[in-house]
Amino acid sequence: MIRKTVESVTKALDGVEDNMTLMLGGFGLCGIPENAIAELVKRNVKGLTCISNNAGVDDFGLGLLLQKKQIKKMVSSYVGENEEFERQMLSGELDVELIPQGTLAERCRAAQSGFPAFYTPAGYGTEVAEGKESREFNGKMYILEKAFEADFAFVKAWKGDEAGNLIFKGTARNFNPCMCGAAKITVAEVEELVPAGELDPNQIHIPGIFVQRIFQGEKYEKRIEQRTVRTK
Amino acid sequence: MLDKNGIAKRIAKELKDGYFVNLGIGIPTLVANYIPEGVEVEFQSENGVLGMGPFPFEGEEDPDIINAGKQTITTMPGASFFDSAMSFSMIRGKHVDLTILGAMEVAENGDIANWKIPGKMVKGMGGAMDLVASAENIIVAMMHTNREGESKLLKKCTLPLTGVNCVKKVVTNMAVLEVTEKGFKLLERAPGVSVEDIKNATEGYLEVSGEIPEMQL
Repeated sequence: MIRKTVESVTKALDGVEDNMTLMLGGFGLCGIPENAIAELVKRNVKGLTCISNNAGVDDFGLGLLLQKKQIKKMVSSYVGENEEFERQMLSGELDVELIPQGTLAERCRAAQSGFPAFYTPAGYGTEVAEGKESREFNGKMYILEKAFEADFAFVKAWKGDEAGNLIFKGTARNFNPCMCGAAKITVAEVEELVPAGELDPNQIHIPGIFVQRIFQGEKYEKRIEQRTVRTK
Repeated sequence: MLDKNGIAKRIAKELKDGYFVNLGIGIPTLVANYIPEGVEVEFQSENGVLGMGPFPFEGEEDPDIINAGKQTITTMPGASFFDSAMSFSMIRGKHVDLTILGAMEVAENGDIANWKIPGKMVKGMGGAMDLVASAENIIVAMMHTNREGESKLLKKCTLPLTGVNCVKKVVTNMAVLEVTEKGFKLLERAPGVSVEDIKNATEGYLEVSGEIPEMQL
């Protein structure tokens, strides 16, 4: 067994420097690597390019990095719930690349899987297609999208073991599995870290080979963005 | 004239037994409240769940189980969770039967705009571009006119596009329209709305042939 465990979030983020490109899992505030984000804030690394479906809210998630102006560029599909984000984007302080959600996921998966690029119909005929190669297959138009290149991927899983094997829970899975192995170094944080052998190999969502470092997150706030309920 | 729930109710009649359906944010979400008797459908939410159920009871919310609108939800028996890449494999791979989404503008050739107002609002396209580029069956749910009373059914979209030649049907507070080679074909009118009212509220080419029935809700 090849051990992937590191004892702390500090160790887990060894080598993160200014101007790097980072992938961060999560959809809204669901399944975000809370501990890695807190450590990035603490280290005050600047000039970051962040690939993440959303940009958090003003005071949580990637919003914390935006507040401290640590992010130079965001690559996302939807950034609607963050006022500071909107202010920085409209004033030109923040560079933003908006791309279709499925394309974002697939550009991660392409990087993970060794594909340099792929064709997708999403965005054909829109401003997303500007400057990109397009091609017809069976009478339908597609555009060429490239795999991401990133220095670190920060993902969050529910359970993991010493070997870096991961299991996700509910819709907190989202982009996390797609980002594993899609950057030079993948750092996984988990709610529960167990010894190798305790997780059933049949139930593993992401094999440890895609993960370089794993640690147990100190705490998870798991903030709910839209609390919707019905009455009994 | 219909309200938002009325639009949702009319669209719900388009649901067929066995359909996998993706509902967008806004009016489309309300469609789930009006599934016709005897029709079994499964709702897909692109953040990674198939078999979405109603909102949880108070105190039973799980922050790890949300829909694409970031709302807390529950799951139905037979539900499954998956990652974002697989979610869009379902969508691009045409495994989802029907997509219902909102729009700011629809053009007579089936173009749709719903993600950006230059200089004013940029929230992003989320999964909308993937959905409209791939779905075989797309229904747009929206108001017929904007707050200024201007038509949202246009000859040509003025806002940045989400997709081209993709919308098949539009259900508004005034009418049900099909997008054909010629333009918008009027199929039904909302209760209390005349063909003349619809003509006046539609900028794009409107085809009216024969008697136009009133919607049955």
